[in-house]
Amino acid sequence: MSRWSMTDGWLKMAAGDGGGMRFLVGGHWDARNATRLDQQLRGLAPATDAPVILDLGQVERLDTAGAWLLHRTRKEYQARGGRADYASLTPAYEAMLEQVAANDQPAEIEPPRPAALWAVLDRIGRGTVEVTVEAQQQIAFLGLLLVTLAGSLRHPSRLRLVPLIYHMEKVGFNALPIVGLISFLIGVVLAYQGATQLQRFGAEIFVVNLISVSVLREIAILLTAIVVAGRSGSAFTAEIGSMVVNEEVDAMRTLGLDPMEVLVLPRVLALVITLPLLVFFADIMGLFGGMLMCWGSLDISPSLFLERLQGAVSPWSFWVGMIKAPFFAFLIAMVGCLEGLRVTRSAESVGQQTTRSVVTGIFLVIVVDAMFSIFFAAVGV
Amino acid sequence: MADPVEPIIRVRGLKTQFGAQAIHQGLDLDVRRGEILGIVGGSGTGKSVLLRTIIGLNRPAAGRIEVFGQDLAKIAPIQRLAAEQRWGVLFQDGALFSALTVAQNIEVPMKEHLGMPARLRDEIAALKIAMVGLPPEAGSKYPSELSGGMRKRAGLARSLALDPDLIFLDEPTAGLDPIGAANFDQLIRRLQVNLGLTVFMVTHDLDSLHAICDRIAVLAEKRVMVIGTMADMLRHEHPWLRAYFHGPRARAAQPQVEEVGE
Repeated sequence: MSRWSMTDGWLKMAAGDGGGMRFLVGGHWDARNATRLDQQLRGLAPATDAPVILDLGQVERLDTAGAWLLHRTRKEYQARGGRADYASLTPAYEAMLEQVAANDQPAEIEPPRPAALWAVLDRIGRGTVEVTVEAQQQIAFLGLLLVTLAGSLRHPSRLRLVPLIYHMEKVGFNALPIVGLISFLIGVVLAYQGATQLQRFGAEIFVVNLISVSVLREIAILLTAIVVAGRSGSAFTAEIGSMVVNEEVDAMRTLGLDPMEVLVLPRVLALVITLPLLVFFADIMGLFGGMLMCWGSLDISPSLFLERLQGAVSPWSFWVGMIKAPFFAFLIAMVGCLEGLRVTRSAESVGQQTTRSVVTGIFLVIVVDAMFSIFFAAVGV
Repeated sequence: MADPVEPIIRVRGLKTQFGAQAIHQGLDLDVRRGEILGIVGGSGTGKSVLLRTIIGLNRPAAGRIEVFGQDLAKIAPIQRLAAEQRWGVLFQDGALFSALTVAQNIEVPMKEHLGMPARLRDEIAALKIAMVGLPPEAGSKYPSELSGGMRKRAGLARSLALDPDLIFLDEPTAGLDPIGAANFDQLIRRLQVNLGLTVFMVTHDLDSLHAICDRIAVLAEKRVMVIGTMADMLRHEHPWLRAYFHGPRARAAQPQVEEVGE
């Protein structure tokens, strides 16, 4: 059965009638042998315009690739003003050659590539427009979201409670292990790194201040927001995006359901409610990790740690972290939902928008965090 | 050519199942060299599963599948690769690689398996694009820029890239408008005649069945219940067959064949 894969196609030259050339072709002229036959045919010395005969008498198998090579050779001879004809054709080979000749048209392979400088300018331009459009859409979406939110606050009965609870479980409760573990480990690392530096000044005890202030003010909230952006922001985009691909969102609109109310609001509210709780949990776990490390490697006992803690932190240290949580939650959820709704109707774009959602979410969180720092510095807490 | 009596695909005692649910049980099927075989059956009778099992995407729970006279489960991977290069598959929506243009899609098998130089690949890709009736400028388009019918043609061109002996088509005319579907039928018929292909086609399209299928195999009760020509189908007394081939849509599809059958 697989004999043809063992067999080669071949090409021989012989003298033809009247000073012409006779190419004897035989064996298997198929895709498998095409590469070699192609080289052989291209390597042929350009003939005079003496007539050429392509004799297919010994061909055992001819497919479109082989027929193409014969057709091309003949066409090239004819283009140079020579005559080229087939000989010893069976009806099947003739049909194949006709089929190939009938479909001889060049096709475009790749879209034309612009010049390098042009391509760079093109990308810069497109990028700028895209960023501008996205910023506009984010602002517009923010407005739409706030209007929807105000509407639901006026008519609380329109708030969808079951999806809200469902999303709270998914983005809040289910995130507890990973958020707790990361905070705990960061507390351990901070204590260890801080201790080795402070030991040089004999000020190990200040490691408590270092841990508590940094964890409460910045680290717990930032880490939690980043984990949640990666975990839930991306999930929002992928969920809503696949619904867009599936035309579910369009179906909702035709059924008189507002996707903002049904899809977006429960997710945003769920995250706004649960992110502060997650941050509180992260605070505790971070301090706990620091405390254990202090106890284990610095001989600062937990009771001493807690005593120092009370001296080191003011309630504002805690509130500075907590105040930021709902804002970050709002940003992450908003970007996640917006990017989901921006999915076009292809599976590919779900992936692109999900990546974009996480990157934009984290970027906005850090920008807003910096703005909060300036604000808190200005008001002096 | 090989012995005409020997089937190009021979399935014996095939059993496939998902979990506890058996899809096929004791299924036998022969596909003859050079024919267009249409596979029909109700939803959930495992038409596409059968196709996927023959080409090796599903593992059968029991039974033998021979393609080109070789038992695909028993041969060495290298022989299997050789067999795979002798068939082409058109999935329902073309299954084109979205990162590549149409021409590059067609060139994938030529590049991977035959190591053809770029110039020859481009020439043969252009030839295949013309053969499936796509305009030359379609070659440089990405799949997302094409209509459903064009994607199917491009998928067909890719499945023909290595000049296979056998092609598998999964609902080739589904989702096409009647004109597009009729054109696609004629395209398959023309390629089958000109290239000497054997075609294994899963379809629901009564027009395709009438217009181009040499034989029809009906999947029901977990096996091939009937196999034969259109005239055999029209004569058969099984209630499902009567409903399928004599229903209102069937009558609309091809009244003149109806007369031949009676």
